[in-house]
Amino acid sequence: MEEIRVLSPTAILGYGFPQASLDEGMRRKPHVIAVDGGSTDAGPYYLGFEPGQNESGQSGAFLESLSRDTEPLLLAALEAKIPLIIGSAGFAGGNIHLMGMLSVIQTIAAKHGLHFKMATITAEVDKAHVHQRLQENRVRPLGPVDQLQPEDIDASIRIVGQMGVEPFIDALEQGAQVIVAGRANDPSMFAALPILHGFDRGLALHMAKILECGAIAAEPGSGSDALLGTIRHDSFILEPLNPERRCTRTSVAAHSLYEKSDPYKLLGPGGYVDLSASRFEEINERSVMVNGSRFVKDPECWIKLEGASLVGYRTIAVSGIHDPVGLTQIDHFIESAHEAVNDKFSDLRGKFQLHFHVYGRNGVMPEFDASVIPQNEVGIVIEAVAESQAQATSICAHARTVILHLGFPGRVSTAGNLAFPFSPLDIPAGPVYRFNMYHLIQEDDPCALFNTNVFEV
Amino acid sequence: MATALKNIAQIIRSKNAGPFELTLDVLFSNREDFERAQKSGVLSAQTIAELYQVEIEDVLSVHFFAPAWAFKATIVRKISSGTAGDFDVFGAQQHAPLLDLEIPALDHAPDKM
Repeated sequence: MEEIRVLSPTAILGYGFPQASLDEGMRRKPHVIAVDGGSTDAGPYYLGFEPGQNESGQSGAFLESLSRDTEPLLLAALEAKIPLIIGSAGFAGGNIHLMGMLSVIQTIAAKHGLHFKMATITAEVDKAHVHQRLQENRVRPLGPVDQLQPEDIDASIRIVGQMGVEPFIDALEQGAQVIVAGRANDPSMFAALPILHGFDRGLALHMAKILECGAIAAEPGSGSDALLGTIRHDSFILEPLNPERRCTRTSVAAHSLYEKSDPYKLLGPGGYVDLSASRFEEINERSVMVNGSRFVKDPECWIKLEGASLVGYRTIAVSGIHDPVGLTQIDHFIESAHEAVNDKFSDLRGKFQLHFHVYGRNGVMPEFDASVIPQNEVGIVIEAVAESQAQATSICAHARTVILHLGFPGRVSTAGNLAFPFSPLDIPAGPVYRFNMYHLIQEDDPCALFNTNVFEV
Repeated sequence: MATALKNIAQIIRSKNAGPFELTLDVLFSNREDFERAQKSGVLSAQTIAELYQVEIEDVLSVHFFAPAWAFKATIVRKISSGTAGDFDVFGAQQHAPLLDLEIPALDHAPDKM
């Protein structure tokens, strides 16, 4: 084969794409449609959340948007007789998320009477296995995190591993036309087919890294539009499928840096792509060609693990201040609320957190100097996190009551210091998690943590 | 003449690099502006530590990346993404301290070639 064309319809499945972009993509006769289904970027909630008896791993609205995106992709792939590969299914890529994605596909298949060979690849990792590897000294931190402790493993609600290209290649070799996988390193879905057909691994992974975010690497950028990648044996070309967008040297080079710490190395399972000799060239008004990216194999196989543990339950109150005298008292309000809450809830000391997000006064960058008094108004989001939802709500309620009725010198508006847009004033926001595992685990086989099941739909 | 970084950079942005790191990207639209910024010596780990009020050890890396005419620095997040007390889950609005960073004229750069 001289080239392989990889169609990336959207940055994350569920973000949507124009039908015209998919149609244009299919006219280019792609060899595969690949799409990233998730990320850690939206925080640990999606990995940690434990559904109740009558809930699935995802909200109904999320499943609806998944279905809306998946239906045209599935129909297009089957009509063109090319594989559809979805990785990091259901956002976090755990087993419940994978099952949710599978049910979406089965529902669409039943609706249209579609039949195909399907593969699911799980990414959830057994805690006992991680304990064993930890004892063997084959787990290490990734970046600025602590060494893993056995209790971290036990505290994780679920643990997922990021698969590389190998499980996808295995499923393709088994003839799967639709592949749905749990947590995957973002480029894996896009690089698997080119690597299977012998294209250069460095070029394939670099192209995949840019494709995985859809048209974010175009100008104007969009996470809800498509990008086509064409790989040859010495280079690859990127082109957006919406004529209103173009890839430029800067947009593609910029995306090579996106969401990673070292611009020269694209790290992933099995090794890294060395970008120090990469060249980016605009070959026409809308397309960029890249060459020179080189894969450096790691002699050892290290897989990234992600785990989330429960921190507590959050309740928030949303409020605003418009009174010009009140605007001079924000620090006084916050200090008084902390004091009053610490006093009233002294039995819970150390077991709750109270935060104030003061929008209009460095709410987005709270470490920065906030000495300037806002001229018009500020919004204050009160955030209480405690061991139970009821405690969090009580703490939040006390904090906002204290501020609402706090007296201060020069006070004119004695009826209340805060405006609340909503009743109820205190809004239970559910469980709060943290990423408590962000480590690498050593395996002998890149497929070891991932179980593939091939079946007919 | 000295100028603010925002006047010579095309893109100035911040984003998570995983849940525990924040990465800052500055991209220039031409080699001249890139080299001016690089040769100025202003974009350093020390500058990033001061701008972001973090310890120098928490500036994990600073790089100039010539293929993209880019500068990149990565710092430790004070609160990991999306847990209690976080204020920017994606880390996408932490770029502003870079905007007005003063870049001296190339002629006055300390290590002018």
